[in-house]
Parts: sequence; C-alpha cells; structure tokens
Amino acid sequence: MSRKIKSISDPRISLNILSPEDVQRIHTATLDIIESVGVRFPSHKALDIWEAHGATVDRDTMVVKAPGHLIEEALKKAPPVYTLAARDPAQDLPLDGNHVYVGTDGCGVQIIDLETGELRRSRLQDVADIARVSDDVEEIAFIWTPVSAQDYPPHTRSLYEILAIWENTTKHVQTESIYSEEEARAAVEMAAVIAGGKEELRKRPVLSIMQCTTPPLGQDGGSLEAALVAAEAGLPVGFMTMTSCASTAPATLAGNLVVGNAEVISALAMIELAYPGAPVFYAAAQTAMDLRTGGYTGGGPEDFLFGGATNVLADFYNVPLSMGSFATGAKEPNWQAGVDNSLSTLMACISMSDMLLGVGLLHGSRIWSYEQMLLDCEIYDIVYHMMKGIVVDDETLALDVIRAVGPGGNFLAQKHTKKHMRELWVPQFMDRRPYTEWQEKRDGPRDWAREKARQILATHEPEPLDPKVSAELKRIIASLEK
Amino acid sequence: MTDDLFQAMAQSIIDGEVEDAERLAREALERGIDPLDAINKGFVVGVNYVGDQYAAGEMFLPDLVLAGEAMKAAVAVLEPEIARRGTEREMLGTVVIGTIEGDIHEIGKTLVATMLSTAGFKVYDLGVDVPVTAFVEKAREVNADIVGVSALLTTTMVKQRDVVEALEDAGLRPKVKVMVGGAPVTQGWADEIGADGYSEDAIGAVALAKRLVGAE
Repeated sequence: MSRKIKSISDPRISLNILSPEDVQRIHTATLDIIESVGVRFPSHKALDIWEAHGATVDRDTMVVKAPGHLIEEALKKAPPVYTLAARDPAQDLPLDGNHVYVGTDGCGVQIIDLETGELRRSRLQDVADIARVSDDVEEIAFIWTPVSAQDYPPHTRSLYEILAIWENTTKHVQTESIYSEEEARAAVEMAAVIAGGKEELRKRPVLSIMQCTTPPLGQDGGSLEAALVAAEAGLPVGFMTMTSCASTAPATLAGNLVVGNAEVISALAMIELAYPGAPVFYAAAQTAMDLRTGGYTGGGPEDFLFGGATNVLADFYNVPLSMGSFATGAKEPNWQAGVDNSLSTLMACISMSDMLLGVGLLHGSRIWSYEQMLLDCEIYDIVYHMMKGIVVDDETLALDVIRAVGPGGNFLAQKHTKKHMRELWVPQFMDRRPYTEWQEKRDGPRDWAREKARQILATHEPEPLDPKVSAELKRIIASLEK
Repeated sequence: MTDDLFQAMAQSIIDGEVEDAERLAREALERGIDPLDAINKGFVVGVNYVGDQYAAGEMFLPDLVLAGEAMKAAVAVLEPEIARRGTEREMLGTVVIGTIEGDIHEIGKTLVATMLSTAGFKVYDLGVDVPVTAFVEKAREVNADIVGVSALLTTTMVKQRDVVEALEDAGLRPKVKVMVGGAPVTQGWADEIGADGYSEDAIGAVALAKRLVGAE
C-alpha cells in the first residue's frame, strides 16, 4: 500500500512581506533589465526562438534583449495549475496554489555512510537507498535526485539516477542533473515508458526537470536545450536562480530579487514562446554571500526573507514555485542546521511555496545525511502543524469543559481532552524525556533518526517497478553508451 | 457470559469511561461474581493494556489518567462487597502523598497519586499545603510503606528534608520509604536529604514506588 503524503493545505497563518506596489516595482525593474541590459542565452536554438519572436539578439555575445510586452505575453500562456504525476496515481501532486510539498534536496556529492558514519563519495546505491527511505516517509512528496552517482559515467549518470529512483519509489521524480539535449531525450523516452506512452506522459508527467540559471543574468546553453526537449514532451520545467547578494547580485535584497527574477522569467518566457501552454515553474534559492569567505551560506536572515518573498513573485506570474529551503550550511546535524532549516522552511511554507527543496543535505547541499533528512522531516512536521493555525469555535473554546473543571482542577481526565489531544503535536525526535533518563543513556535526536533510517532500509519494500519496464529503461540508457 | 462481562470491564478502562466502569461493577455484584475476580480478571486487564499501549507510544497521559479514574470508580463500587466477604484486595503497598506546607501546587502530586492508585497501591492523598506532622501522623495511622512529598518551589522544597527527619524522629524510618518530587527537585537533592528516591515524572514515580516496596 502506498504511503499517504503529508502536504500543507488551507493555511491559517499568512505573511505580509511584499506589498502589491513592491511587486509591481520589482516586475517593472525586471522588465527594464531584460529589455535594456538583456540576459545571456548561450544556445543557438534558444536564440532562434527569441529572434523569431522579435527580440533583439546579439549572436556574438548571445545576449537577448526582449521587450517587456513579449515577456508578459509569453508568461500569460503558462498554465497556473497542473499536476506532478507519480507512478502511483494516489501520490500525484496537484500544483494548485493550495499545497506545499517537500522533496529531497540535491545534488550532493558526499554522504555520511549510514553504517560506518564515514564521509565518502556518493554512488548509485545511495540514490536508490535514499529513494527507498523517501518512499516510506510521508513528509516527502517527491524525490529530487539527492546525490550524484559518481560510480557511473558522467554522460549517462543522470539517467541511472532517475532509474534508481523509479525502482525504489512510487512518488514523483524531479531532477536538476540533466544538462544536455541527448540526455533529456533519453529521460523523456524513459518517462514515457513509465507513463505508458508519449501521450500518456503529457497527461501524467511522472518526471519534472529543473534547470539552474547562471547568475548574473545568464543561462546555461545545455540546460536550455534540455529544458526545451522536456517542455516539448509536456514535462514540467523549472528554472532556479541562486543569485547571491554581493557576488552574483547587488548587495541589496530588492536588487537581488530583480536579477534573479530576470533570469527566471526570461527562461520561462522562452519556453512559452517555443511551446505555448507548456507547464513551467519558478524556482529560487537566493542567498547572500558570506562576507568573510565569499562562500555559500545555506541560511541567514536574507535567505529566510527570500524564502518568504519569492512565492509572492511566482503568484504574480501565476506559476507554481519551487523554493529552496533547508539547505543548511552546517557541517553536521546541529544547532546551526536546526536554526537554518527551521526558519527557511517556516518562511517558505507561510507563503505557500508549492514545492520545497529539500531535506537531507548538509554543508550547503553537498553532504547527504540520513539523520539530517529525518530531522528535516520533523522540522517540516512542526511547520505543518503551525500552518493549521488556531481554530476558534464552540468546540475549541471548550467552555463546558472549563466550567466542569473550575479553578484548581486539571483537564487530564476530561473526555474533551481525550477527544482533542491527538491534534496536539507529538515529536519523533525531540528529547522530552526526564533528565535522569538522558543522563543515563546520553543519546538523542541524531541517534534516533539514524536508527529510524536503518530500520526503514531494513524493512521497507517499495512497490517494485515492473522488471520489463526496468529492462526497457536500461536499454534506453545503454543506447546512449554506444 | 462472565467472560464477556470481564471483557467489557477491561474495555471500559481502556476507553476511560467512568460511568461504564461503575455500571459493569454493579452488574458483577448483581450476578454474584466475586468482586476480586471482577477487579483482577476484568478491570486490571484494561489497566495493563493501557500501560502497555502507553509504553509503546500509542496512548498518552490523559489516557492513563482517564483509565485511572474509571478504575477508581469501579473499585469504589466493589469495595463494600469485598469487605462484606471478609476478603481483601492485594495491594502493592500503602502510600501517603501530599504537597508540602506553604506550597499549593497540586497537579503533579495528583497525577502521581492517580498513577500509583491505578498501578495497585493504596493511596492516601493529603492534598496541598500539608504540614510536616500531618505526613508523619498519617503514615503511622495507615502503616504506610511510602511517603511521597511534592514541592514546586525552591523555598518549600527545603521542607522535604523536614519530613524525612520527622519520620526518623518518630521511629518510622527506615521502614517507611520517602520519595520526593517537583520541578526544582533533583536526584542530588534527594540524596542530600536522605530520601529513598526521586522521579521527574509520574510514570517514573510508579516504577520507583514499585522498586521501593520490592514489587519489581
């Protein structure tokens, strides 16, 4: 039986972060930048599309300058609502503006080995194992290729990764590791086998593709061409900006939003110009440079504000958002990881970002930790409960119960208590034991999370992929290896 | 069918239904069932189930308290008949419990009392703001095995030591064990004042009491 998916819906708390005037100013500034400065699209296919629609294209610098109305018209063609399909239809994810779904983070290069505790390079078996644990955990709605299968050849690695995920989970698969047209064609072919044909795939996209922009104001050629292949087949395609204050964007937050926005909406507009009505999504994980090292921070107040603000922009363009949250810069599951991942997730959830990326990685999305993965799920679970807000009605005001207990009594033995107590949050990993018990055992959340991951890997059997389908997918990958 | 009745009794405890438990206890009396059988083959089965479910993380503290309330109600109905037959319910021990004088914090102490009673102890709850001498007198009167002293304030906690000393002066120690509890209390404090045990929560208090009377 497939696991249900814990998604946030019907939120009862909200955030006031950008006024309509703020959004309009960011939008106007963005169009100004796209039209007057331009965005670099280093792909002749992409440039052809722009040229055919009347944008100014410089073939030498590969910079496109597009008038604002062209961008606006193109974005209007993007569907506001669509569904990320899963192998198991019961686990489909409608991106309808009223759900927040969590995925795994990606794409890490090292992993803390679950058995030995050693830090080592990631491999294909890790992708499979992480997918299997994700399949069992209800907080995780979709699986983003979590770590790189470095024991497989670079030009087919991304395909082995999605195969390993499909073989170990019935949930939706998303990848950001496909950067060439050839790989994208193979991925589409693989997805079509899973969906049961190209037309079925269009209706039920079991795979979605994310690409990264190249800030400031640039795209990656291979990524653009891979995205076009995916969009043609009807796979949802997103572009993620990771503009960083003071290095790849202005030091000011609003300026950062403009640069990132220009990258994302220009890419989405190009997709809509090529394939009107193609499902696309906004994706972002803006940040600020660490002022001392120049490095990626993986957290901090700027990141949290971007997490809250970006869905306001995505809503303005009426497309779903995939928001980078979690992604701590901490080296191990610790205080910093808890602070980073709690605040980023809270902010992205309050603004109802459609997808959150994602659980499990440390050190700025480089090191996979099963402990962090499950602790991140608990953070999400806390936010999930907070988003239910405070319901005020006769039943919850509980006047009869307050009267029955009166001054000085207690509410423990009230039927009302028994009826509602299971609405109260119960942690899996918080240490709420008596002090003496902790003193005796000296264990804690990390130990329990590790134990749980081990137990899932030892016992959870995902719904298997038909061996014939598996063989067919392997044949498609092999055809690229000739 | 007596088995069905016993099963219903257990269920009334599991559901924490006080009225059901009382009704089933009366039914047992009407049908001439030995009240000790009603307790041990019926209600106690429910208590044990709730305890197991709690330990497994499936049930919570309010479930335990409601089960305790239902158990108490059933036993109250059965007790006169137990006495009339000249029989006695086998208890784990007798506990005198209260919140120390100057302190009116009740809930933790009451919770411990309920848990102990549900677990099979005979419990005398003296309430709050209880003078040191009252603990001693009651312990002598009911031949207590354990005296439990609760304090929530650092200013009243010091009187837990007075209870230990007063029991000693009265010649009741070391036969009468002393357990202490309350937010400011630690194992270190319990050791320092010569108390026999400390627990941070009600579940631990039951385990401690069982240990002190050699029931575990």
